[in-house]
Amino acid sequence: MDPEHRSDRGRNVSEEFLADRAKFIRLETLRLTRIAGAGHYSSTFSAAELFSALYYAHLRYDPANPKWADRDRFVLSKGHAAIGLYPVLADLGFFDAALLDSFTRLGSPFGDHPDMKKIAGIDFSSGSLGHGLSIGLGMALAGRLQKRDYRTYVMLGDGELNEGQIWEAAMAAGHYKLSGLVAIVDRNQLCIDGPTEHVMSVEPIHGRFEAFGWDVKRIDGHDFKAILSALDGLAPAGTGKPQMIVADTIKGRGVKHMELSLNWHVGNLVGADYDDAYNEIAAGLKAYQPENA
Amino acid sequence: MSTATENIGQDQSTLFRGSDTEIALKDEKSVRGTPNKAMPAFILGEELADIAEHDERIVVATADLANSSRTRDFAARHPGRFLDFGIAERNMITSAAGMASCGMIPYVATFASFCAILCAEPIRTDCAYPRMPVRIIGHHSGISMGFYGTSHHSLEDLGMMRTIADLTVVCAADANQLRAILRASVDHPGAMYIRLGRGRDAEVYAEVPADFRFGQAKMLRDGRDLTIIATGSQVHASLAAADALAAEGKSVRVLDMHTVKPLDVDAVRKAAAETGAILTVEEHNIIGGLGSAVAEVIAGGPAVRFHRHGVEDQYSLIGPPAALYAHYRLDAAGVTAVARDFLAGTPTI
Repeated sequence: MDPEHRSDRGRNVSEEFLADRAKFIRLETLRLTRIAGAGHYSSTFSAAELFSALYYAHLRYDPANPKWADRDRFVLSKGHAAIGLYPVLADLGFFDAALLDSFTRLGSPFGDHPDMKKIAGIDFSSGSLGHGLSIGLGMALAGRLQKRDYRTYVMLGDGELNEGQIWEAAMAAGHYKLSGLVAIVDRNQLCIDGPTEHVMSVEPIHGRFEAFGWDVKRIDGHDFKAILSALDGLAPAGTGKPQMIVADTIKGRGVKHMELSLNWHVGNLVGADYDDAYNEIAAGLKAYQPENA
Repeated sequence: MSTATENIGQDQSTLFRGSDTEIALKDEKSVRGTPNKAMPAFILGEELADIAEHDERIVVATADLANSSRTRDFAARHPGRFLDFGIAERNMITSAAGMASCGMIPYVATFASFCAILCAEPIRTDCAYPRMPVRIIGHHSGISMGFYGTSHHSLEDLGMMRTIADLTVVCAADANQLRAILRASVDHPGAMYIRLGRGRDAEVYAEVPADFRFGQAKMLRDGRDLTIIATGSQVHASLAAADALAAEGKSVRVLDMHTVKPLDVDAVRKAAAETGAILTVEEHNIIGGLGSAVAEVIAGGPAVRFHRHGVEDQYSLIGPPAALYAHYRLDAAGVTAVARDFLAGTPTI
């Protein structure tokens, strides 16, 4: 492994660094939302710590060789959070960060949902919810067949668990005992029409996936210690239970009036709304106070 | 890579129901105990197994239809590269796309109605749009499932698949052409929909056509008075019609338009210019399939007499396949009658 480019799991980075990168993800999300005139910022804010821990501490990849056959795969099944992933990939050197200035403009590689054919570092195109776990299942099966030890990580939205194909894939992953398949649920509690448990209940996520043959951990998805501990504790790719991390998160986390609010799923931020959000994020994440819950 | 003990699934018994011995025994017989030679076109598993002998990228999957598709013939020889996804077609198609993104070339087979129609969105979103080399095999297409009824018929699949960009759409007329399609498909770029009949298709090609090319129609009979452009199951019936009409003094050209997309536009224009009359014949709704594709070409050119023959935008009656083919005039006698009426200028319905 070339240490200059390639990164492997379990990197020794500080929580302060990861928190700084999570802040960077939120601020870039705001900036790109302003370019586009709309963006899924709140469902990206819920995943900022997860993105940061995965890409800056955990996943195995090589920005100089994005198609490296032994890299870990990351499938953003909740493709609408791509606005938070693009800046990470640019920051890591997969492509020139200046390209992001074209976000969503006519002919840009960067849309609201990611396209693997246009963007280095995107392992599969996504956007249609419910597909990503099947994609990851196929990648994990290919890894087994090719005797590679990469893991396949799939980030799922919680509302996405309503999709029937998720359960087809969950059943197959349990059947094939694919421990190399890791699902991370961004359990941010809200879908578009309301709280998941009002719109279409997804709980108990833990028990449902365990019944399908998965090993399930549940953590605070904004706590780096918990995230890193869960990631570091994953079993290697091989024959065993597929693995799930249910990350309890808060939609809109980082901007107080957005937290668990139904009013901020997608849209533009202008004037004081933008400045207030920017300043609040820039000041750093404060302890969560569940006033909106 | 592909030994009996080295499986993509964790356990042989979960991959393929039954022991190796049972597979070997069943292999001598078809599902109903008739000799394999009664099902000439279903060489699918056998041909893929041959290809896979020399190509480690090949993986084959089905959705609980290993017998029906004869993919069990592949499973018997390459158990490590065979996956039965159970009755979960969307997961199969999308997982195949995931495998393809990691360098595999998946061939996934199920009834045409349960892949092309049920899985139209995963085919578009996960296979065609990211240009994954997934080969989607829809067998028992059209009305070939007879009395199983509309749920198991597939008269819309060509229309649906044809509107998906970057998807190759091809129909096999018989076993030898299917072998040619499969061999040519391995390194063909992008995703592909391969439409098959029931596996009892009469022989059109006496041997594997060496000149098979995607997007190049095959002229099986030349003629001056009419061109019948047919695909899949209707190629054989159209040849019989051409022969019958030849006996009546009519000269009929027959084009096997195996590739419905990309369509061989030049062959269509040439037929229009040289014969002045075109009849399309397909086991499909006359809306959206081969007839529509040909119409789109000639609509932009000089006037030509034209008729689409197929199922007239309706759900099929219940009946045994042979009775249905006769009823919808999709057998030799029916196509002959339609072509004769068309040449005579009398209504064909």
